[in-house]
Amino acid sequence: MKHHDIVIVGGGPAGLAAAVAARKAGISDILILERDNVLGGILNQCIHNGFGLHTFKEELTGPEYAARYIAQMEEEKIPYRLNTIVVDITRNREVTYINREEGLVTIRAGAVILAMGCRERPRGALNTPGYRPAGIYSAGTAQRLMNIEGYLVGKEAVILGSGDIGLIMARRMTLEGAKVKVVAEIMPYSGGLKRNIVQCLDDYGIPLKLSHTVVDIHGKERLTGVTIAEVDANKNPIPGTEEYYSCDTLLLSVGLIPENELSKGAGISLNRVTSGPNVNDRLETEAEGIYACGNVLHVHDLVDFVSQEAALAGENAAEFVKRKASQAEADAAADGEKRKNAATAGERAAEDGERKKTVTASDTEEDAQPTHADRRGHANVIPLIAADGVRYTVPQFLETDGMRDSVTVRFRVADVYRDRYISVYYDDQLISRKKKKVLAPGEMEQVVLTKKSLAEYPRTERITIRTEVE
Amino acid sequence: MSNQRYEADVVVIGGGVTGCAVARELSRYELKVWLLERTEDVCSGTSKANSAIIHAGYDAAAGSVMAKMNVEGNRLMDQLAADLDIPFRRNGSMVLCFSEEDMPGLQELYVRGVTNGVPGLRIISGDEARRMEPNLTDEVVAALYAPTGGIVCPFNMTIALAENACENGVEFHFLTEVTEIRKCGEGYELSVRETGERTNVPASDSRKAEFGDGADMSGETAADLQEAAASENSVVRTLTTRFVVNAAGVYADRFHNMVSRRRISITPRKGAYCLLDQEAGRHVDKTIFQLPGKYGKGVLVTPTIHGNLLIGPTAADIGDKEGTYTTAEELAEVTAKSARGVKDIPYRQVITSFAGLRAHEAGHEFILGEPEDAPGFFDAAGIESPGLSSAPAIGAYLAKMIAEKAGALVKEHFIATRKGIPHVAAMDRESRAALIAERPDYGTIVCRCENVSEGEIVDSIRRPLGARSLDGIKRRVRQGMGRCQAGFCTPRTMEILSRETGIPMEKICKNQPGSEMITGEI
Repeated sequence: MKHHDIVIVGGGPAGLAAAVAARKAGISDILILERDNVLGGILNQCIHNGFGLHTFKEELTGPEYAARYIAQMEEEKIPYRLNTIVVDITRNREVTYINREEGLVTIRAGAVILAMGCRERPRGALNTPGYRPAGIYSAGTAQRLMNIEGYLVGKEAVILGSGDIGLIMARRMTLEGAKVKVVAEIMPYSGGLKRNIVQCLDDYGIPLKLSHTVVDIHGKERLTGVTIAEVDANKNPIPGTEEYYSCDTLLLSVGLIPENELSKGAGISLNRVTSGPNVNDRLETEAEGIYACGNVLHVHDLVDFVSQEAALAGENAAEFVKRKASQAEADAAADGEKRKNAATAGERAAEDGERKKTVTASDTEEDAQPTHADRRGHANVIPLIAADGVRYTVPQFLETDGMRDSVTVRFRVADVYRDRYISVYYDDQLISRKKKKVLAPGEMEQVVLTKKSLAEYPRTERITIRTEVE
Repeated sequence: MSNQRYEADVVVIGGGVTGCAVARELSRYELKVWLLERTEDVCSGTSKANSAIIHAGYDAAAGSVMAKMNVEGNRLMDQLAADLDIPFRRNGSMVLCFSEEDMPGLQELYVRGVTNGVPGLRIISGDEARRMEPNLTDEVVAALYAPTGGIVCPFNMTIALAENACENGVEFHFLTEVTEIRKCGEGYELSVRETGERTNVPASDSRKAEFGDGADMSGETAADLQEAAASENSVVRTLTTRFVVNAAGVYADRFHNMVSRRRISITPRKGAYCLLDQEAGRHVDKTIFQLPGKYGKGVLVTPTIHGNLLIGPTAADIGDKEGTYTTAEELAEVTAKSARGVKDIPYRQVITSFAGLRAHEAGHEFILGEPEDAPGFFDAAGIESPGLSSAPAIGAYLAKMIAEKAGALVKEHFIATRKGIPHVAAMDRESRAALIAERPDYGTIVCRCENVSEGEIVDSIRRPLGARSLDGIKRRVRQGMGRCQAGFCTPRTMEILSRETGIPMEKICKNQPGSEMITGEI
């Protein structure tokens, strides 16, 4: 079986940044497996600008942003395979992929980086009643058809959901001469970035109807119209508020779901809130040597943060590979010694037993209840708890042993909040708080934890991140 | 026999499972058979939206045609599935009883089943039922267990029957709607409106039509056909036939009443379903029914042959024979009712919902054979549940009757078997690798949720009666049927369909003409 030091599943923004970082960290044997026929992932269809403000301090389009990383890839001569889909990953890091040239191939990886991205929630998942005609697209599918394939998907559109892709597509369709009649959002707030609402809807006079949803779909062959109604606090349509919109296209921007079928296949448990793997501060999943980054870990708003996160995963995977290599060397040296000592085997068994112990977190009220992996039953593992309006955190665990000087913790809030603090607690001790004028679920937030501050509280058992009114 | 006075010996109206089963059975005989289908593909009506199960046969009234056909159809399924490479599994079924008061009803069902000749029936206690199906609720006090109940892919079943019929000489005419039927001598004259032209005349050299050997479009390019389909000017013409088979589903009353004074009336009885992700597919193993109420069998919970979980259907009589919409009330009803018998169904994993129309006839009985006043016209009407289960038996029954009346001989070279499109993802490693080495496009995955390769999609288009729409591809190889519901693979699949058939991208349809996917180029 062929071996590669690091195998990266996915050649989108996360996979690219992870590869480049791993190479810079000194790993030469890297392989990226990409299912599409080009590198860059979804960035390729994001032809609008607004990418790279954090990373490159300039405004790029999606393909331009991808090109920057692809150029680095080429420069570093990092190998990749296109039109190659990974069909299986095992916990001990055997990766099976398939493509037309090689057929079905299984390789062994020193470390695996999961960078598969996410998919869109389809209409079916909403269980919207009505007919099932042509003309109903998830926003990203329509975006691909327009921006990559060069086709118009329709002439009169209604958009359900105010996620960023929906907002971007409202503008995109308008620019191509289609009439976008309304954007309906079931929540009382938008799920997209504020800047997108301004630049994609307000600037074009496209109305955004909050607390509204599609309740009926008309047209047997091609869509002829939709019925939109206001919803109550429980998201149930309010009778009498129905409004009919004629249209030939309905775009859905109703959420993104990390694509973790492979992770699940590897037996990696997923977080209920993020639908991504639970990871430690090195972005390592509960399976040793398997890392996750980008939208497969949790859905991001900005690609810049994806790149940052992925670079971290790449560096850590590199470290892991190097550590294993030096361990193997040491093991080889000590091998003869060990064999003489029969007791060692017993010790190993005891150690394994210890590893298998699981710890159950006591706080069950929280949404983001992390599952503790078997090998995390160690004293140096501190769970991060999302509480009081914080829906989840990534990472979900901190391992103080190998902790870097600072760790960025990303999270989203559960609702729109005004004038609230974001507070960090080590157990019951308030460590830091920062006042925010507005917090919204559509905008990812972050706090930074430092090794230094944690060293001052060596007995910390849990770290809680919460919002506070006062 | 070939009667020169008529263009066809038999015209079958309707390309659902019943029509295709009849056509396939007719193709055993020396008969010139045409199948006319109003839409662009087989399996486009009731056959595509139902419970996808093979009933054991305890439901229908003892002594009814329905009971006979169901039990016989069920018995025939193993052989048919083997011959035609149709995914089929006898997973067994259970009818749940929720109170001691209802026990007589369950007993009655048991007795009826035994009378109907259903093998292996048993009444089991609630506890035994829960041992077999741990997710049954505590409300269940007893159940009727039928080991012969099964699950099947209704698309594959219909398509397999049609392909095999085609290979054995049946001509399929799609986008061809019958508007009138008149008596004409011993036979009938039909007026048909062709809203597009798509005819699959069997290849003279049948090997040409076999798997992997390229498209056979009978001399016309698909682009021409699609062009015709889109044109406003549909063509009306007449054709004559000695015999007619009326397998028109919810429209069967219309055709019957054109030739017979003994009028029948078919009411579309709508059933809505929710389909759940394959992750929920093992929530139950058997098909779980509830004791029948006033409207059929209530709501069932069943795994599908492809490993999803299916819940439904509702039952409501509607006026519209095209009314395959769902309503919020129906979907809520499916959820609420299903929870009574099976607990913890993960409703969050619904990936789609849909509705089908049962062709309900007032007497709730299959109407098979010639009306007294219309000899040569054979009804297969009122084919509602258990129509899918009964199709193999109905096909054999009607074909035999027609062949006898026609004095037709059994064909010497009937091809009894058909090989399906390889399901590459389900193959073992070696076979899969070998197949990819032979045909590299089996190594390019297009639909990642269901792991469908480009090769399979190409096959679905190139086969006899190949797919000409996205739904046609979906029904043949499950492309787009997974959890992302064709989000990722739609553009690629459109491209392949266009490339393989020459249909321009703007004319690629979801299903019928009028369901074009895009409106133009940028």
